[in-house]
Amino acid sequence: MYGNLNWMRQDLPWMGPLLPEMARLRDQMDRVFRRRTASAEHPPVNVWTNADGALVTAELPGIPADKLDISVSGSTLTLRGECPAPAEALGAAHRRERARGRFGRTLDFPFQIDSAKVEARCERGIVTIRLPRADSDKPRKITVSGA
Amino acid sequence: MSSTPNELSPDKSRKEVAPTPEGVERMETRAVYTPRVDIHENDQAITLIADLPGVDRSDVDIMLEKNTLTLRAKAVAKAPEGYSLAHGEYETGDFERSFTVSEDVDPDAIAAEVRDGVLTVTLPKRAPRTRRINIGG
Repeated sequence: MYGNLNWMRQDLPWMGPLLPEMARLRDQMDRVFRRRTASAEHPPVNVWTNADGALVTAELPGIPADKLDISVSGSTLTLRGECPAPAEALGAAHRRERARGRFGRTLDFPFQIDSAKVEARCERGIVTIRLPRADSDKPRKITVSGA
Repeated sequence: MSSTPNELSPDKSRKEVAPTPEGVERMETRAVYTPRVDIHENDQAITLIADLPGVDRSDVDIMLEKNTLTLRAKAVAKAPEGYSLAHGEYETGDFERSFTVSEDVDPDAIAAEVRDGVLTVTLPKRAPRTRRINIGG
């Protein structure tokens, strides 16, 4: 999600805590300039987050669950699939506006995903994927012992 | 956010806001989108396929008035509880679009179904009426 801001984590470690804020600012700017920055990426996704992980929703009308390939590796989610072409028996096409062909999308998250606990479901053409943050990646509270 | 290459054209991944008919004002602030459609025709029927992501079968309204077929659909918008939106590329709204239907469609035989957020409307053509005219003499 913080995609191209990740280099800052390595080169400018002190920027780390600012990354979410910077990503939010960039997303807001993107929305303002959507006309210019609108990408060809299909499917369109919304990304929701909380302390325990993220929830991704994607608009994929006409794609049954078994035709969608979802894979998770480390901090990356990949969605792949193919929009089914209308049956040839329906005859000649007068209009073709719907998405067709293969699509693929990769999303990067600023945390390790617990791949064993990923859940996905398709409902009314909307795919919802729950990506829990790996326990090993969660912030740990350290109790100070001593007198 | 990076992406692997895909074969779809750029305008395919964004929803288009539906135009407001002339002389009509919208009362709701919710966005109304033009659904993307495919229309096919063979000897028996015209088939209209519309993308309606987020729409339940019970929330689709199809009306045929004179020669105009109008689709209206309400999408279910549900923000996941306990989460906040970090990145948004689409919004949920309603769908609306009208089509002119030719006269050789049988209005009583129109059938529709919704599956996985896709509406399919089948408009069967009327059987051609042939009449033999005998020439007397």
